[in-house]
Amino acid sequence: MAVVSTQSSVMNNVEAVRATLYEAMKNDDRTLILGEDVGARGNVFLITKDFINEFGPQRVIDTPIAEASIVGIAVGMAMEGLRPIAEIQFADFIYPSYNQIVGEAAKIRYRSNGEYTCPLVIRTPYGGGVRGALSHSVSVEALFYHVPGLKIVAPAFPADVKGLLNASIDDPDPVLFLEHKKTYRLIKGEVPNGHYTIPLGKANLLKEGSQLTVVSYGLYVHWALEAAISLEQEGLSVEVIDLRSIRPMDKAAILESVRKTRKLLIVHEDNKFGGIGAEISAMVAEEALFDLDAPIRRLAAPDVPAMGYAMPLEEEYMSSPGEMADAMREMVKF
Amino acid sequence: MASTDIATGTLERYGLRDEQLRAIFRNMLLQRQLDNRGFQLNRQGKVPFALGSEGHEALQAGAAMAFNRGSDVLAPYYRDLGLCLGIGLSPYEIMLSIFARAADHNGGRQFPNHYSSRAAGLMSFSSILAAHLPHAVGAAYAIKYRGEAGRAVLATCGDGTTSEGEWHESMNFVAVHKLPFVMLVENNEWAISTPLEKQMAEPQIWKRAAGYGMPGRRFNGFDPLETYAAVKDAMDRARSGGGPTLIEGTCYRYLAHSTDDNDMTYRTREAVLERRKQDPVPAFEAVLVEHGVLTPGDVSAMRKDVLRETNEATDAAEALPYPQPADLYTHIYEGAWEPWQS
Amino acid sequence: MATTITMPQLGETVTEGTVAQWLKAIGDTVDKYEDFVEVSTDKVNAGVPSPVTGKIRELLVKEGETVATGTPIAIIEEAGAEASAPTQAQSPAAVESPAAVESPAVEKPAPTARAEAPAAAPSSNGPTAAGAQNGAPESALRGASPAVRRLAREHHIDIRAVKGSGSNGRVTADDVLAAARNVIGARPAAAPPSREAIPATGKTSTYARPIPGTLIPLTQARRIIAERMVESRHTAPHAWSMVEIDVTDVWSWRQREKSRFERETGLKLTLLPFFIRAVVESLAAFPLMNAKFVAATETQHAGIYVNDAINVGIAIGLPDNLVVPVIKRADQLSIKGLAIAAGEMIDKARKGKLGVDDLSGGTFTVNNNGANGSWASAPIINGGQAGIVTMETVVKKLVVRDDDTLAIRQMMNACLSLDHRVVDGYVASGFLADLKRRLQTMGPQGEL
Repeated sequence: MAVVSTQSSVMNNVEAVRATLYEAMKNDDRTLILGEDVGARGNVFLITKDFINEFGPQRVIDTPIAEASIVGIAVGMAMEGLRPIAEIQFADFIYPSYNQIVGEAAKIRYRSNGEYTCPLVIRTPYGGGVRGALSHSVSVEALFYHVPGLKIVAPAFPADVKGLLNASIDDPDPVLFLEHKKTYRLIKGEVPNGHYTIPLGKANLLKEGSQLTVVSYGLYVHWALEAAISLEQEGLSVEVIDLRSIRPMDKAAILESVRKTRKLLIVHEDNKFGGIGAEISAMVAEEALFDLDAPIRRLAAPDVPAMGYAMPLEEEYMSSPGEMADAMREMVKF
Repeated sequence: MASTDIATGTLERYGLRDEQLRAIFRNMLLQRQLDNRGFQLNRQGKVPFALGSEGHEALQAGAAMAFNRGSDVLAPYYRDLGLCLGIGLSPYEIMLSIFARAADHNGGRQFPNHYSSRAAGLMSFSSILAAHLPHAVGAAYAIKYRGEAGRAVLATCGDGTTSEGEWHESMNFVAVHKLPFVMLVENNEWAISTPLEKQMAEPQIWKRAAGYGMPGRRFNGFDPLETYAAVKDAMDRARSGGGPTLIEGTCYRYLAHSTDDNDMTYRTREAVLERRKQDPVPAFEAVLVEHGVLTPGDVSAMRKDVLRETNEATDAAEALPYPQPADLYTHIYEGAWEPWQS
Repeated sequence: MATTITMPQLGETVTEGTVAQWLKAIGDTVDKYEDFVEVSTDKVNAGVPSPVTGKIRELLVKEGETVATGTPIAIIEEAGAEASAPTQAQSPAAVESPAAVESPAVEKPAPTARAEAPAAAPSSNGPTAAGAQNGAPESALRGASPAVRRLAREHHIDIRAVKGSGSNGRVTADDVLAAARNVIGARPAAAPPSREAIPATGKTSTYARPIPGTLIPLTQARRIIAERMVESRHTAPHAWSMVEIDVTDVWSWRQREKSRFERETGLKLTLLPFFIRAVVESLAAFPLMNAKFVAATETQHAGIYVNDAINVGIAIGLPDNLVVPVIKRADQLSIKGLAIAAGEMIDKARKGKLGVDDLSGGTFTVNNNGANGSWASAPIINGGQAGIVTMETVVKKLVVRDDDTLAIRQMMNACLSLDHRVVDGYVASGFLADLKRRLQTMGPQGEL
């Protein structure tokens, strides 16, 4: 990490996660990290490297290979007053713990009428573009954002990673913290020093524009921004919003922007059918129909089970900055 | 049958005083009475659902006697009425759950029998078998992590639950980390319609303990005192840092799974009646009367008192209101609920 | 107090139960929670405990009989209470089991409303794009986005008059807003004339050169009138007929009443109300003239809709508009009443104060063309009606009477355009003959 000024440092996303977790462990004895290979190995991306030496194996727990109980045990810890941070090594492995997340963690407070709560963070790397194929590339937010009682966050910039991870750790309810693995080392940025939080449910306006609203998150928000900037040379004015938070989602920011530009393009890496874009589209159509000057459009992955290992298959599945620019251009000119 | 020393004719009490023996018996009577009341209310059309626990009275009353109130944590399943009563839940709280009243711990949100009480150390659980076990493991971890000696988690489940993946994952983890945890399996031989022989190849569940590297033991769940001894032994080990134990109490499920089950479709009345001969309630009554702990008059008075307590709890809970429609929208997150769209 | 016990629901999806065996007879006592009957269902057999302590008063269902859940099966008289009318016991708890949720009623799509023939005459008030859009759908409207429609409505812009800069010539929201900023006033005279540019082809051909002139943009009103006239002409096959009416007697009746009427009402008394009075009487005698043709829709066949009410519209020409306010239930008004009503309408029309109600609901139309000196005219039927009749100018003529004597009489033509789908010449001529007869025998005495 390079210290740029006394106020901030430049770091990439993986460093931002690491730094934030480290501070959380230092400042609160109730914080524990549990997951596969998080201790001795320090996480497969070295996020928790050497944590076990400083904080001990009781606080940095190398669990057996049992995703359901990684989350379930963390739920029990949370119910009993600790502040556990459970890690699922890759989002592709999260499915065995689906019941613990959706049927248990999300409902603890609700089913006990508030008598029991579940302040739990589940962190997991997701997303493709790393030749990860079927089991190391998946996006899972659509499977979870449907569930009341859960919160879901997907920051794309290092400063957001830190602020939102701190907020998630402080949150009294279960938070699924999604880290796009391709952005781990690819995305660098300035991160303010010291402890700060960014509230969940607030999007970030990355670029102002007047002719089209683009809503995105994760890796794609970087490419969308790149595409939008390139279109300025053609005289096109595109606004880009980074959702940052999937549930709760910043409805006000989306509507305010759409009412200004009158056109909406949602860009996400996940499959189009039933993806996040579907809910945003429905909401905007219901609440801002008479502001729309073009049909809402979603640029997303096709309805196939996964991106393939072979490069052409991965590229076909994913959307490139060029494709995003094309979609934006078409919509502005519509 | 409680163990009577054949040679001396004395009752093996495992250190329990007369009043504790009477308390165990009363718990058994109360469990059966409340259990039955749920079915009566269902047949009267007052509640849509009831789930019984006849056959488990001795196991649950005995286990409850070994539980330290205010200190230990209980992670039960939905057939543990007697155990929950035994650790301090009142008949009134039980009836609030049955009637799904707003004053219920869960605000009427959960099925009946899904008790929850932070004050009693009773962890909230769902209907999903074995999902509560990792929670119990996490609680045990927290206790050990905080260095709280003398505290342990008592987790229970039925024979069917031991087939679930999360049963295995939980057993494995508590053994690896030597947590203050007792896995009490209440083997009543039936998982709805699945008999033991279809559920597992090795019918003695306690034997799995060796595979996990922890002690295991089996006991007669129809004998409340033998139960007490087994549970106390395991809980003491857990409380003193000795790690987890798998204990299996054998009993029998006399009733169908619930009001939505007709058990005559998968077993015979004769088979059930044959096992009724071992019914722990009259059996323990006979033992206590034989050893002068209770007179028949005491028993009669106790039954009347249990009925009175049940009636009072029923009437008190029934008189209270349901939750309001507006109550659907609370406790989703901390703080007020802000829906995406109304 | 007597308590009625009903068949309980024993199990989530159970809907009925059979009384297997009564465990108590009429007159027996029963304790609260004591089983008094055995019930069997397809799921369970069970004893049903009594909710009260008392005496069995009535057993309403026979052993072996099956009844639906909730059916009364017994009445128990509570101990220590007087016999009284049975009260319903707590009704069985409503079982809201997920399995019992009814599938939502499938909503039939609303039939498209094509039954109505094109709407009433164009209005000059509150020009709105919405009014225009009631007409047949056009491709420009079909492609207009919600934002475009809303903005056009708010800014009173006709989308079809806006040049589209979007893809495929689409009108965009920005185009509408730009048009709103450049909007021209309603009086075309103020608009700068736009001259057609002569194409610079290098060759001058008389065919290529446009005829010099001025293009006057359509006002809202003009456009609507144009639309409505085209639609009427192209939908209803127009036939035409005329009669010549001797209005001498009714004319002198009018003359006599004129000054008194003016004094009493402040309004001028013309021949119009007399004419309308005769028209409504003829319409009552010839109801098919007070009808309209109804085209087939998805849900009904085509037909002729005969109106119950006689609502007569009066065509009124204004400097740059044509309005047809309607006198509702004109048949119930006397000549005086008609004169007042017509006078009010004309006054409102001149002041531009006619409302939507005034301009809708007409079943037949009268046009006083004679006021302009016209002797005969072929009017266009008001859409949604079967005919329109004019009163032409009154001319003094020398006529030959039935007895071959000569006389100077005041003669007036009445012309009828009719929708030949609804009526043939037979009915139309009958109507006109009837109208003529009434006018010729109207007055010169009697109450107005």
